[in-house]
Amino acid sequence: MNIRDIEKLAALSRIDLQEGEKKSLLAEMGAILNYVNQVKEAAAFAADNMEEKPYSRNIWREDANPHESGIFTDVLLASAPARHGQYIKVKKIL
Amino acid sequence: MDLTTLTIKKAHDHLIKGDFSVRELTQAYLENIEKKNKNLNAYLEVFDDCLDQADEADKRLKNEKDNFMLGVPMAFKDNMLIKGRNVSAGSKILEGYKATYDAGVIKKLKEAGTILLGRTNMDEFAMGTSTENSAYGVTKNPHDLSRVPGGSSGGSAAALAANLTLGALGSDTGGSVRQPASFCGVVGFKPSYGRVSRSGLIAMASSLDQISPFAKTVEDAEIIYNIIKGKDPQDSTSLDIKDEIYKSKSKMKIGVPFHFINEGTEQAVLDNFNQSIKKMQDLGHEVIPITIPNIKYSLAVYYIIVPAEVSSNLARFDGVKYGLHKDGQDLLADYLLTRGEGFGKEVRRRIMLGTYVLSSGYYDAYYGKANQVKNLLKADFRKTFEEVNFVMTPTSPTVAFKIGEKASDPLALYLADIFTVPANITGLPSISIPSGFALTDGKKLPLGLQFTAPFLAESSLFEIAKQFEKLNG
Repeated sequence: MNIRDIEKLAALSRIDLQEGEKKSLLAEMGAILNYVNQVKEAAAFAADNMEEKPYSRNIWREDANPHESGIFTDVLLASAPARHGQYIKVKKIL
Repeated sequence: MDLTTLTIKKAHDHLIKGDFSVRELTQAYLENIEKKNKNLNAYLEVFDDCLDQADEADKRLKNEKDNFMLGVPMAFKDNMLIKGRNVSAGSKILEGYKATYDAGVIKKLKEAGTILLGRTNMDEFAMGTSTENSAYGVTKNPHDLSRVPGGSSGGSAAALAANLTLGALGSDTGGSVRQPASFCGVVGFKPSYGRVSRSGLIAMASSLDQISPFAKTVEDAEIIYNIIKGKDPQDSTSLDIKDEIYKSKSKMKIGVPFHFINEGTEQAVLDNFNQSIKKMQDLGHEVIPITIPNIKYSLAVYYIIVPAEVSSNLARFDGVKYGLHKDGQDLLADYLLTRGEGFGKEVRRRIMLGTYVLSSGYYDAYYGKANQVKNLLKADFRKTFEEVNFVMTPTSPTVAFKIGEKASDPLALYLADIFTVPANITGLPSISIPSGFALTDGKKLPLGLQFTAPFLAESSLFEIAKQFEKLNG
């Protein structure tokens, strides 16, 4: 990993990094990745088809009985940094 | 009213007998907060309507004599939503944000008539083991103000230990309740994954997060747990399963993975742990050395899965929907500036690590492998519990460390969770109970003992913990 990789990751993460931080992040991330690399030696002993029975599974509710439209709009919009009527205001993308 | 010896159970008895009112009880805690919070920085905010809540509870007392949580003052880690109140997750990116609904646990505690005292300090988005990562200053350990309270739920642990509340909630993703409980000398209990609703808990790593109580006694932790547990339609991973009833035996088998403990653990912690082993034997239980082959990989698994989920969960903080907004020349610049300024250093580091381990080309090498090892670890524990009833370890390899001591070394801070992380990776219930003190620099610093039980075996965990607590005095 080098400084350019850090810059690329920051861009992918949508984080504006200060110059000074790039260097320290490079060293820290190197150390952390080196540590977590241990999983590779353990995983060598894992059978491909090994799957422990999950304790829980995702259960979707029926797509029915929606709440009345608009009843939460005002309280949610009150948190938005910029608002235009009943909409959140955003800058144009293109 | 002696707050140092007061428990939820005792307070309930006094309230029913009319020895004092909920208002007087609440007032006593508010006075203590007024006196001590400035030095500790345990609370970020104390609510201004506590006495109104108390008056409401007083009115209900006569008709609800079996409601143990009625009128009990409690503190909440600042990552649980309470409708209409500020919630920050210890981050600048949510400064001034007000919750739009009640978390599942808050709903239940409000119904029970619990007094919501305030919100407590935490590592930003629960990422840390010392509460030094809060954007609102470090919380101090009531046993030694130069030391950390542990983390990430350090504010809740410190508030309880300093008698600024009678009970508290935190969230435990890798030990964030048990480790600060150990550092501050209180009980911290992480239920099985899915036992308590995560609705309204600001997510760090959703597959591991679990809201967990802090209390002064095991019995109090059980009382809080009994109110907050259960299926919640707002959390599809919450379980709809009855408690497993374990037949209690006078002689239990307690497994100790010595191979895992002896390396890198402070001598004072080891000495205390050996005394705890002796105590369990005195109680008539059998302590058996066990090997959990993959347990040493737990922390490596954790620091792949957590950043991966963090980078996904925290994508929602974009300066558009809520929270901080920094204006740039275009929408992309808004994102970059808002997240660059709004997130603290550790949060930025984990988001980037998560982005890395999930990126194409590295996904299989990190995230895929971590999940394989997670399964190995689950299998290890399943086999372990065919041989023994509980696994026992110290809660933390060290006593509370000095503020700033490990701040420049993220990996050293991560290692503080070495004994607590396995229970989160496997989803198992686990409890930390005070096991004594270590004399360090002339101060008595608390130590904790941790028991981990099979999935859903909360009731047996409470039982063994109560036995130890009783003997330990």
